[in-house]
Amino acid sequence: MKLRKVAVVGAGITKFVRRAQETAKELSYHATKMALDSCNMPLEEIDSVVHGTAPDAFDGVHMKGEYLSEASGGWRKPFMRSYVGGGTGVFAPINGWYLVASGMYDTCVVVCEEKMSSCQPHPQGAFLTIFDHTTERPLGPNLLWIFALEMNRYMQVHKIPREQIALVSVKNKRNALDHPSAQLGAELTVEDVMNSEIMAWPVTRLMVSPTSDGAAAVVLASEEVAKKITDNPVWISGVGWNLDTAYWTNRDLYYPEYVEKAARMAYKMAGIKNPREEINVVEPYDPFAYKELHHLEGLLLADKGQAPRITAEGITARDGKMPSCPSGGLLGVGNPIAAAGMMKICELFWQLRGEAGKRQVKNSPRTGLAQAWGDLMQVGTVVIMQRGD
Amino acid sequence: MLETGIRLHGTALEEEDFKTHRVFYTTDIPKLQYAWDCGVAMGHYLKGLKQGKLLGTYCKKCKRTVIPPRVFCELCFRNMDKWVELKDTGIVNTFSICYVTWDMKKLIYPEIPAVIEIDGASKGKGILHLLAEVDPKQVKLGMKVKAVWKPKSEREGSILDIKYFKPI
Repeated sequence: MKLRKVAVVGAGITKFVRRAQETAKELSYHATKMALDSCNMPLEEIDSVVHGTAPDAFDGVHMKGEYLSEASGGWRKPFMRSYVGGGTGVFAPINGWYLVASGMYDTCVVVCEEKMSSCQPHPQGAFLTIFDHTTERPLGPNLLWIFALEMNRYMQVHKIPREQIALVSVKNKRNALDHPSAQLGAELTVEDVMNSEIMAWPVTRLMVSPTSDGAAAVVLASEEVAKKITDNPVWISGVGWNLDTAYWTNRDLYYPEYVEKAARMAYKMAGIKNPREEINVVEPYDPFAYKELHHLEGLLLADKGQAPRITAEGITARDGKMPSCPSGGLLGVGNPIAAAGMMKICELFWQLRGEAGKRQVKNSPRTGLAQAWGDLMQVGTVVIMQRGD
Repeated sequence: MLETGIRLHGTALEEEDFKTHRVFYTTDIPKLQYAWDCGVAMGHYLKGLKQGKLLGTYCKKCKRTVIPPRVFCELCFRNMDKWVELKDTGIVNTFSICYVTWDMKKLIYPEIPAVIEIDGASKGKGILHLLAEVDPKQVKLGMKVKAVWKPKSEREGSILDIKYFKPI
């Protein structure tokens, strides 16, 4: 099948906050409007709309995608909702990509939004129903369990000290100080992270991203349209996604095979043979500190068990050889589930165009990769973006 | 362009905004109730638990015994070939020591959730359960554990027929 080239030509984002005065629709509207305005694109010229948003249970609104459609510019347009849990923010642009790559449409706006704060008393309540109702829910699990179980398995298989994992929180929260959307930017030490309250051993409070409200959006265009809109398009050169089994107690959690499969699919499409040399900036999904490391390994950007070492060596620092989460990531910018993944796509757009201001990485990146993860520790979604020359 | 210091939409609310009625909100508590049929595989599994047995299913093509059991093999996509009675012992694959509830309230006694690889199942095939009768600091990966069952008269065909696993 002949695929058309697809470019990102505009991006928009709101602030990420614990509880926003704005409704889900208002947040979606502001991100969408900013993305359209950033490339002087009137809504009439948008052919299709993709909206990414995670569980309906957060908002208590069934068919949330449809409810939010007009706020993403979807009024009387071909509209679809994307949803793979936490992986949504990088899955939605993949859906938008194939609408344009297939030749079906010339333009698509992709909007991701989450308003978690509506769910009381704590948005974690919405996650409790992901567990199997017969074999797991009677045990009273909460979402922290699965992260703690996975982190412990990862740590112990590779004998990684927790201090090395804490370093990810320090790096990302510091990077977030320079992001205008950021909810939890902070200057911290490894000791601060280690000494913060233990929530579910080995996870401490400062190793966890917050719950957030926020939205982010991009405008996609075919090559012909993109070249009329901008001299500086950023191409989507590869996409990949993959799902593992929901029988998560039957898998070895120390390594995310499904992320590797998604990455290999995207590398193949992008013609990338040696990802460690060719990926200049990476935004792996970091809802917990260890997840950034786990995902760098799954993405084949570090050997198994070696992501902590490259982090300690500064390779993933903003001025390093392969900056990771220069945005500040979910740990620093915040984690409005679907919008958090899209924030990473937006960050690559700005980084690859040299428009990230104080967050700008120093290695004049040509190629970047964004990745998200979700469902029951099960899905990997990957997008590779490339500066146009 | 997204530079540091640029002003974005999105207004953070504080507790004070609600206390002083600066902002309004509405509430609703939707009431939904479900009854989940346990199905063929899980029905058999629960019956086994009531009898004090852990049951798995075996796929002869993939040479795999899995627990929790299912009627089909997701690898080769055909019916599982037979039921297998497993042991009620296993090893700790991974664990956590959890100090908070789902809504972030502190627990007085931490819970120790664990993935337990069940003896008799294929390597790495385990279930989620809790550990007890153990000092949390002494729990290790690879530790051998055994199910502690409820008395027969109290079992009702539930994963809670196993109270917890303890070290042996």
